[in-house]
Amino acid sequence: MKKNNAFKRIFLSQRVIALSTLFILFVLFSIFGKNFLTTNSMISLLESTYYIICLAFGMTFIISTGGIDLSMGSVAMCGALIGGVAYSVWGMPIGMSLVITIVVCVCFGILNGVLVSIFKIPPFVATMGSSYIAQGLGYIVSKVQTMRYPVITSPDGWFKRVFYKTLNGFPIGVVYMILLFAIAYFIFRYTKIGKYACAIGSNSEATRLSGVKTRKWTMLVYTIAGVFAGMGGIFYSATYTSVLPGSGSGMEMNAIAAVVIGGTSLSGGSGTMVGTIIGVFIMAVLRNGLQTIGIQQQWQVMFTGLAVLLAVMLDTYRGIKEKHS
Amino acid sequence: MIKESLIVSMQNIKKSFGGVHALTDGKLELREGEVLGLIGENGAGKSTLMKILSGVFGADSGVIEVGQSVVDYKDPSMALEDGICMIYQELNLVQKLSIADNIFIGREAQKGVVLDRKKDIENSKQILEQLDLDINPNTIVEKLPVAKQQMIEIAKGISYNSKVLIMDEPTAALAVSEIEELFRIIRKLKEQGISIIYISHRLEELFTITDRITVMRDGAYIKTFETCNCHMDELIHSMVGREVSWEKKEKSNVAVDAETVLEVEDMESPDIHGASFKLRRGEIIGFGGLMGAGRTELARLIFGADWRRKGKVYVKGKEVTIRTPNDAVMNGIGYISEDRKDFGLSLDLSIADNIALPNWELFTKGGVVNHKHQYEKTAEIAELVSVKMPSVKQLVRNLSGGNQQKVVIAKWLLKNCDILIFDEPTRGIDVGAKSEIYDLMRELIKIGKSIIMISSEMPELLGMSDRIIVMREGYITGELGIEDTTQEKIMELAVKNVKAGSN
Repeated sequence: MKKNNAFKRIFLSQRVIALSTLFILFVLFSIFGKNFLTTNSMISLLESTYYIICLAFGMTFIISTGGIDLSMGSVAMCGALIGGVAYSVWGMPIGMSLVITIVVCVCFGILNGVLVSIFKIPPFVATMGSSYIAQGLGYIVSKVQTMRYPVITSPDGWFKRVFYKTLNGFPIGVVYMILLFAIAYFIFRYTKIGKYACAIGSNSEATRLSGVKTRKWTMLVYTIAGVFAGMGGIFYSATYTSVLPGSGSGMEMNAIAAVVIGGTSLSGGSGTMVGTIIGVFIMAVLRNGLQTIGIQQQWQVMFTGLAVLLAVMLDTYRGIKEKHS
Repeated sequence: MIKESLIVSMQNIKKSFGGVHALTDGKLELREGEVLGLIGENGAGKSTLMKILSGVFGADSGVIEVGQSVVDYKDPSMALEDGICMIYQELNLVQKLSIADNIFIGREAQKGVVLDRKKDIENSKQILEQLDLDINPNTIVEKLPVAKQQMIEIAKGISYNSKVLIMDEPTAALAVSEIEELFRIIRKLKEQGISIIYISHRLEELFTITDRITVMRDGAYIKTFETCNCHMDELIHSMVGREVSWEKKEKSNVAVDAETVLEVEDMESPDIHGASFKLRRGEIIGFGGLMGAGRTELARLIFGADWRRKGKVYVKGKEVTIRTPNDAVMNGIGYISEDRKDFGLSLDLSIADNIALPNWELFTKGGVVNHKHQYEKTAEIAELVSVKMPSVKQLVRNLSGGNQQKVVIAKWLLKNCDILIFDEPTRGIDVGAKSEIYDLMRELIKIGKSIIMISSEMPELLGMSDRIIVMREGYITGELGIEDTTQEKIMELAVKNVKAGSN
């Protein structure tokens, strides 16, 4: 009986479900998709995930505290935009503009943290507000101009060769993703930040009454998310070269979807970086795969929605089960 | 007694919740047009009995008669139809709606599919007039003071043509002048032939407003007094005069010259009015009092969990600044909440993570968590307090109440807290585990810890404490050495009117 339960638990664990879903999707598209399983297609699939992975890592921290960050996409793009202005308008070296991107995003992270933990504004509202602020700031600083980063062959294009793909076509970004994953995983599993994030998400008052400075740690979590948003901004500009003012809103939705599909509960208290990265790839495989079997874009968006709903339903179902056992 | 004059009769009512007997022999007889006081300690079964009468839940067995007929209410709406209405302590009004909307919520007058607001407002006016209340029924409830909101609840009750109104601690949130107003209305209702059951801890109120008083204890009916020829001593005695089937602590084991580890001086907050006391090494101070006496509030002030107006805390003779729970923990104070699920534990985390919550510095080296060390150390301390578990990786959610409580204790032991505040340490814990918790507390005393124990259970207070401090309505009303404490003395202090008799 007990063994059966344990089996059920593992079987129902969203990480296992997510991983097998990814595997099945991958196999299906490999068989039925036209040109799905080719080097080029695989590389472009990978490259489309870079910035989303960054956002999703940051989002995992926030969601595990029971919060949400609706500003992440706008913030990342605002950072990238201002970085672009610094490079092409103010004439700063490209290295400096990357630093500026990060700094802008960290500032927004701190802002979100202050709003949520000190002013006690619900994360949903607080980050929605700062999402608009980020978009507006982007418009103002860029004077509503699209910012272009240097192309790969220009002298300043070194940053693309460093962050995106080398001259001989090696997708070097993958290396950074592995590195970032290791860092996110480490912080989440092996430092107080991760421990307190989950404790706050599970029961913030009990955590406070255990003598944990919950406000400080909540702020730190939002700040870290800001760092990840900044990384997302850099990888976006390295991958896509041009940054549109006012873009980015909606990217965080993809990140949230990935986190949820990966098995991090939206009610907080637990989180999984492994799940998150699986979630990102499920979405990417769905997007690219559906294309290769000839399904149009409008349908792909719908399928993503269905995937998210399924994941949340599973999460809720498990929650109900656990509470009754 | 003439049966005809009874509007409600409840006999032999039994009710248990998952094996815990809330009512073993509930009984209540309400005469037409009288105000009946209902009194008893916390957990005596008053609320359960009233919830059964008003249809919130059914009795396991027993007979309920309303008017002349036997009834068995399945839900509150059936009770309302028979004219029985309960007004809860925490009011059930929709704050953003108007008075009229609140009174007729769910049964609004309609003309076809359109709401007939005019009619509702007219009817509300009438009811308010009936109570001599001069308020515009269009007023948004939110804008009324609590006392007026309560009147609206009463108005709502009357609008159902109620014959029986049950009021649960109606004066808990009222000022003296507002209580007068409430009494005026109660008398008015009585004139109109409405019977009232009045639950309160405040004896002087019962003596003012009731015709008879029914006393309950440990889930059973004890006695009904005619208010006019009843003495307060008699009443108190019947509230606590249970057979002594447990051991009282004979005398305090704390040396007279034991070091003072905690001194609280003149604590004040909106709920607490100038509380001071000292706690010595190896001592258990019991905090007695009835619900709402302010004991938990005082504990939370000491622990820095809530804002305080003023007050000083000295730990081992040195004044310390405690503004947040973190400050308290840093000064060796641990708080074990009465509400484990909301304030004590993170149910979705493992035993190891819960115990580690204030203790992560022990398991991190250069900021890196050593999980192996964490599991070893937390398992060690969990075994010390004998948590029954397959492993420390087990989720706390799946533990019994007693074992959950031990996890909280383990957390503070590992933190090396010398001062432990136990708030209702055995609430929701079964009998066997209770004595384990008591043994654990005695062990803690032996190793030099000091304990503040808030408890509503007389046996617990008298069996564990070296000294007992009794509170009422935010005031400390007295302090008793264990040697000369009796249940009656505690109860007297718990119901004592502070303003009148603070001698």
